[in-house]
Amino acid sequence: MDTLNLAQWVFDSLTGTGLLWLAWMALASPQLIRAIVIFVAFGLLMALTWVRLDAVDIALAEVAIGAGLTGALLLAALAKLTAAQTEISKSDHRPRDGRAVRALRQLPAVLMFLVAAGLVYSVLSLPPVSSGLSVEVDANLGTSGVENPVTAVLLNFRGYDTLLEIFVLLLALLGVWSLGGLPPQRVAPAGPVLHTLAVVLTPVLILLAAYFLWAGVKGPGGAFQAGATLGAAGVLLQLAGWRPGPGFARVHWRLILVAGPALFILVALFTIVAGRHLLEYAPEHAGTLILLLESGATLSIGLTLAGLFFGERPDDGYDNDN
Amino acid sequence: MQTLHFILALLLFLTLGAGLWRAVVGPTAADRMLAVQVFGTTAVTITLLFAQAFGNAALRDVALMFAVLAAVTAVAFVRRAWSEVGVDDDSE
Amino acid sequence: MTPSDYIAVPLLVSGVMFFLAGSAGLLRFPDVYTRLHALTKSDNVGLGLIVAGLVVEADSWFVVGKLLFIWLLVLLAGASVANLITKGAMQRGTRMWTR
Repeated sequence: MDTLNLAQWVFDSLTGTGLLWLAWMALASPQLIRAIVIFVAFGLLMALTWVRLDAVDIALAEVAIGAGLTGALLLAALAKLTAAQTEISKSDHRPRDGRAVRALRQLPAVLMFLVAAGLVYSVLSLPPVSSGLSVEVDANLGTSGVENPVTAVLLNFRGYDTLLEIFVLLLALLGVWSLGGLPPQRVAPAGPVLHTLAVVLTPVLILLAAYFLWAGVKGPGGAFQAGATLGAAGVLLQLAGWRPGPGFARVHWRLILVAGPALFILVALFTIVAGRHLLEYAPEHAGTLILLLESGATLSIGLTLAGLFFGERPDDGYDNDN
Repeated sequence: MQTLHFILALLLFLTLGAGLWRAVVGPTAADRMLAVQVFGTTAVTITLLFAQAFGNAALRDVALMFAVLAAVTAVAFVRRAWSEVGVDDDSE
Repeated sequence: MTPSDYIAVPLLVSGVMFFLAGSAGLLRFPDVYTRLHALTKSDNVGLGLIVAGLVVEADSWFVVGKLLFIWLLVLLAGASVANLITKGAMQRGTRMWTR
């Protein structure tokens, strides 16, 4: 075994055991802030693992969504949880959980166990040697309109998957809003350092989103990576004290939120009317249509993620009696 | 040269362990935030070394993503883990 | 080894040395302010040296630009976040270590 192989073996076994250990630590930690820090570290290590496996598309998504935005969402949840707990301890009247509630708490554990068992079963039932569908994807890449096989699968060969995923994201935000959102939170104004950082970094993030969107045609990148980068710009603005005003929340925000899903549905209907299958593009238009769909999806994903971080029902000027 | 890049990346990977220890032990929330900040920078560096070692230019985009997203997460820690009403997770 | 390697290798190795020094500080220094002090320097210079080494090896100006851009972003973010953490810790009364 030469030096490089040995080093790779050490690296890979450390990442493997490290991931399992971090996952356990994150789950077992009684302090929530510690659990979140470990979860973010887990996301970064996971991303490094994808880097090591040369799966650049997934590494990008894991960095942006797994480590970056999920960490920020968990922190926002923690901040609001702490606020709520302070309220409860002030009133000094903590209701005790009944037996039914405690039994219900076991339900997620049972469900997760079933999902894990299903996953183990399907992994074990996979054929030991298989090239998967990569041969077919490569054979049809020429007609897909893009050069990156991952984008071809996500937006062309299995475009309906992406269509449904975008609706799931939108539904999550609508769920938050339907529940009335969280009460507005008072945040200290940003100091000069944070202000400068936000002023410099936000345009960079928006430019990077455009770059990842464009790069997805030829190489790793695409709507989810770009959308997450845009969402990070929204998160940073909120961290620096920006709040969506009534005008923005009433018209622009809602329009952009539905732009991605609406474009998808329009294109899907258009392909059916033209006598093709759902989201089956004519090869000569495929490239343009994919870029159009991805642009819409990027904007919608970005603003959905930023809205989830916001967590409140937007102040749209209407009288929504909470 | 490939071997050298990889071994340097491995050494950096080991320093992540130090950051991790600090993240777990604390003792203050600031220590944990500091550890998150270190993770980001180290991950950027490891990814850049991999990009050179394996000749995969697309990995530099991952490093770019690490750099900006780690910054946003770190700011989120400072602004949200220390909310105005919240208390520090552990007193000294 | 090509001539450019004679420049790149010392840069890369010394960059990693800075990272190792930083983690020694992270493990051994007595309070959050001293640890921050150790880390901000080692990270920024460490990444800077490694980026410099990779720039020597880079085969196009585009790669050079991207590497420098990444370093500048990390510098900006690192400096800002370090400031925010210190300020927050001081406001919350984390005491400084005294001998």
